[in-house]
Amino acid sequence: MRRGAALRIGAGSAWWGDRISPAALNAERGDLDYLCFETMAESTVSAAQVRARRDPSFPGYDTYLDDRFRAVLPHCLKRGTRIISNQGWVNPVGAARRVKTLLAEHGAPDWKVAAITGNIITDRIGTLGARLLETSEPVESIANPIISAEAYLGAAPIVEALKAGAKVVITGRVADPSLFLAAMMVEFDWDEHDVAHLGPGAGVGHLLECGAQVTGGYFADPGYKDVPEPWNLAFPIAEVAPDGSAVITKVEGTGGVVNRMTVLEQMFYEVHDPANYITPDVVVDFTSAEIEEQGKDRVRVSAIGGKPRTPTLKVSIGAADGFIGEDMFFYAGPGALGRARLADTILRERFRIVGLSAEDLRIDLLGVNAIHGPASPPPVHEPYEVAVRVAARAKSRAEAEKIGREVDAMAVSGVGHTGKRVPHGERVREVIGIWSALVPRDTVVPEIQFV
Amino acid sequence: MRVQLRRLAHTRSGDKGDISNIVVIAYEPMFYDLLRDQLTPERVKQYFAGVIRGEVERYEVERLGVINIVAHGALGGGVSRSLCLDQYGKTLGALMLGLELDVPASLVPRLRGD
Repeated sequence: MRRGAALRIGAGSAWWGDRISPAALNAERGDLDYLCFETMAESTVSAAQVRARRDPSFPGYDTYLDDRFRAVLPHCLKRGTRIISNQGWVNPVGAARRVKTLLAEHGAPDWKVAAITGNIITDRIGTLGARLLETSEPVESIANPIISAEAYLGAAPIVEALKAGAKVVITGRVADPSLFLAAMMVEFDWDEHDVAHLGPGAGVGHLLECGAQVTGGYFADPGYKDVPEPWNLAFPIAEVAPDGSAVITKVEGTGGVVNRMTVLEQMFYEVHDPANYITPDVVVDFTSAEIEEQGKDRVRVSAIGGKPRTPTLKVSIGAADGFIGEDMFFYAGPGALGRARLADTILRERFRIVGLSAEDLRIDLLGVNAIHGPASPPPVHEPYEVAVRVAARAKSRAEAEKIGREVDAMAVSGVGHTGKRVPHGERVREVIGIWSALVPRDTVVPEIQFV
Repeated sequence: MRVQLRRLAHTRSGDKGDISNIVVIAYEPMFYDLLRDQLTPERVKQYFAGVIRGEVERYEVERLGVINIVAHGALGGGVSRSLCLDQYGKTLGALMLGLELDVPASLVPRLRGD
């Protein structure tokens, strides 16, 4: 069991598209014991399944896996920093093998790499009697074929892999805080029922899981919340104490800020009931948290509470849900708003004439009401420029294509002074609807595979 | 005096399916009672009319200066199938900043911005 100096855990990414250089900086200068990568969104697995079917060259894991590992491995090998990552998506074993190859290239063929599998339950989600959280209807009520159903695993299999000597652990779907909590459970020897420690540990994991969102990203608001050098943000580091309290900080000399405000915004990000934030490992209670600024870019977070985990695991279910067609064109100069409104009228008439069969249709005026819709205040001045954005969701690709075809016609058969982008990219995309359900824990059996 | 919420508090919105949570954090503890009294679920639902289609829940954590608004049916049917340009509702926290609150004259000197 670890004693003395704090456990240092750094974030390496908060989503698939995140910047890579701050991960390298954390690895190089963060003096990290662990570096954790979070790369999955709710639809990542379903999107990966769809892509894997169409594109045999797609390996099924994070498309930036090589870039991320090449950026951090030299530093991690030098310091002995272990890596926990959910870059495995639908192929954790393949990702782990790739990491093994990269390790060999970096002169470390002996570093042990483990893959966690077993959480994809697409084949049996329909037989577990689960109900959808969104509608309370049975899972079988989803009209379209299910593409993927995967359970959010907790920290336990990662802990087991680390205890068995893994230096790198690659997972698929795991609850984001659990990636970080696993490191604490190993180093501080917390067991899976030790809620007094798991609560604060998972809470700290939640503060780290969105990367720069606690170090000055998704925060700046000029004149109200100013952020130094916002072009040069760092990813966070937690210095975790054996009681689960932690100082949230970042590498010196970087932009951004860590203060009470950034910590509070992130603490409640994507949280519903703050006294009952459910993770697979523990139910976290943020309402007792103490937040103390300890100097520049150092905030101590303590007294987060924990309650026993629930008897179920959350499952994310992706199912085909039709197609979205979308396009945009624009107006400027005197009378722009009037022309945009006439264009709106023309489009609605055209969709009626061509018999558009849409499940949902939106025509937005960018610069007026595109983002907040009916909640937008009426414009005080006529906007100088307005873009018209049209989107519809339909059951078939052919219906969704009508959006782009009618917008094409606006070029010469529409309103005066219509500006349009030509050539345009793909205007129809496949929709994967995401549902969630709870299943009993024992229906999901994680497996650990060393490669 | 009637002022925008942004002068008393900062906000952040997050998504889960078709649910958006908007956390409202008082800049100063002295602003908390105003927020608690005026930022009722009814008021939020009315202000977000046409955006929030379902129920609004509210959680209070006074000791942290926090009011957490949980809005159901706020993301166009869910992030993955939404036609909203802002699929994730990342700007809904900014919409909240414009909600107007009554502030007594004694607190005006403590407000942020202008």
